[in-house]
Amino acid sequence: MSSPESSPYKDTKASIHEETRKTEWPLWEIFIRGQHGLSHRHVGSLHAADAEMAIKNARDVYTRRNEGVSIWAVEAADIAASSPEEKGALYEPSNDKVYRHPTFFNIPDDVGAM
Amino acid sequence: MTDPLFEYLCRMGDSTLVLGHRVSEWCGVAPVLEEDIALANTALDLIGQTQLWLGLAGEVEGKGRDADALAFHRDVWEFRNLLLVEQPNGDFGRTMMRQFLFDSWHLSYLKGLAGSSNDQIAAIAEKSVKEVTYHLERSTDTVIGLGDGTEESHRRMQDALDRLYPYVGEMFLTDAVDTAMTEQNIAPDPATLRPAFDAHLDAVLQEATLTKPQDNFAHKGGKTGARHTEHLGHMLSQMQWLQRAYPGATW
Repeated sequence: MSSPESSPYKDTKASIHEETRKTEWPLWEIFIRGQHGLSHRHVGSLHAADAEMAIKNARDVYTRRNEGVSIWAVEAADIAASSPEEKGALYEPSNDKVYRHPTFFNIPDDVGAM
Repeated sequence: MTDPLFEYLCRMGDSTLVLGHRVSEWCGVAPVLEEDIALANTALDLIGQTQLWLGLAGEVEGKGRDADALAFHRDVWEFRNLLLVEQPNGDFGRTMMRQFLFDSWHLSYLKGLAGSSNDQIAAIAEKSVKEVTYHLERSTDTVIGLGDGTEESHRRMQDALDRLYPYVGEMFLTDAVDTAMTEQNIAPDPATLRPAFDAHLDAVLQEATLTKPQDNFAHKGGKTGARHTEHLGHMLSQMQWLQRAYPGATW
């Protein structure tokens, strides 16, 4: 967040960056759970020296408007990410499989919103 | 003598106001973005507490002055803040050391106010304790991290401690106003909080590999208003310039 030069994700060709500057703290991805019962949602990233500081920084950067009840911080380098180069093989095969969407059923009105 | 309760509330409100303004001076220029936002949050917490303290002070005084009037239409000699909080920011390390020393006192003092015989004071303290608990956690971590950090960060933190320690003693001085508050069970006697403060300070400084100055000399005159340091006047001339130039301006 404080630097355009983010830490690379581990083992991903897609995000080859310069080495993180020596004076720069590692990058952390922040997930916030807004309410009990909902799942944690990715809200952004920030820099911090360790996990504890990442949580504190997340509290200050991302929950100042009462957004959260729970914070997860994951060091960006520990995230395994898919590579944009593989998107053809990964995603395109599902483009023409319309039958995977349950759009061919008539839903009786009595059922209400689904 | 003015009503000791009014005097007392001004002490509380002026300390949070002056420190809040000092911390807000970092807005946009802190060393990293995350610290910048964290400092702004702290400043806003303190200004929020100021509104409550000075708002109540104005009510108690009963002369129609609200929190804004007290904050912006008094000059240096009417301020009752601790000398510690008016000290200039210096580098980031000095700002965080000042914060740590204040937070340590502030939290234990606010906890002592929880049982205040004055319901409004107890309520303000209860709200503030949650904010200040976090302030102290954060400033403690930073003091330890920088004290036990690089050679340079250690040197800067030791310098900060040496410079600010003479302002610690004032937080625990008891005078007539404090005695009046203690007698009515409104507030604890500050002197009684010193041993716990010292124990906490020693533990943190040890972890931060910092050395507490031997000399216990304490500057005083901030909370009585008798003698502020030269820094407060300069700070107020910035903080109050708009109301001085355009009295009563609103927007």
